[in-house]
Amino acid sequence: MGKVHVDGHDAGAVTLYALSTCMWCKKTRDLLSKLGVSYDYVYVDLTSGAERAELIDELRKFNPDLTFPTLVANGRVIIGFKEKEIMSALGAL
Amino acid sequence: MVSDEDVERLYQRLKDDAESAGYHLNSDRQFVMGVVRGLLTNEERFGYMACPCRLPSGKREEDLDIICPCDYRDQDLAEFGACYCALYVSERVARGEEGLRPVPERRGSRSSRPASETAEPHIEGLSKPVWRCRVCGYLCARDEPPEICPICKASRERFERFM
Repeated sequence: MGKVHVDGHDAGAVTLYALSTCMWCKKTRDLLSKLGVSYDYVYVDLTSGAERAELIDELRKFNPDLTFPTLVANGRVIIGFKEKEIMSALGAL
Repeated sequence: MVSDEDVERLYQRLKDDAESAGYHLNSDRQFVMGVVRGLLTNEERFGYMACPCRLPSGKREEDLDIICPCDYRDQDLAEFGACYCALYVSERVARGEEGLRPVPERRGSRSSRPASETAEPHIEGLSKPVWRCRVCGYLCARDEPPEICPICKASRERFERFM
């Protein structure tokens, strides 16, 4: 699976790098759906081969430690489930 | 696919193990069930319960430090009141006297990780080698490390020669 688009209201460019097994990633997705914003997400653990390598290269530019969740919202990189930071980056605070 | 019964069974085992050894599971049951499901999913995928909040390499020897309980659990419990994925919490957090906060990843890059066989100074004159559990620090003096750590239940391969 590649990136999946979730519809919602436009809060700018929002991409979430996540793991399908991680509860903090789940909490981040729950928050995004509560805020109703449009975003793309990808479960990196469900990718393999060239797709995985490409995603890792992409994520490394934002977060060299390759930790999850990593949310890139309008150029702001938020590592970990940081509710207030996420809300502020999406104009919800 | 991981069944609800499997999740419930592992949850009970982890809870019993934790309580008997002075550890605490996060009291948010729904959250913990999600973490437990992630552990079982990783066991199904890789054959070992890699931390569900980290990206495993799929190679056991490279992921030994992040097999739950991870090598970093006790340090994170002491410093942040929770392990990296918040399956385990400190007593203060378990009692609700302190809230959860994000735990930074202390694993480091692979090159900075200690080798599994660290060259520890050997003290002359000991009648037995001393083995240290890398997860909880349990020490025992015997010819071989135990199959399973009696404190944190980590497997034999998580032990290092200490003295």
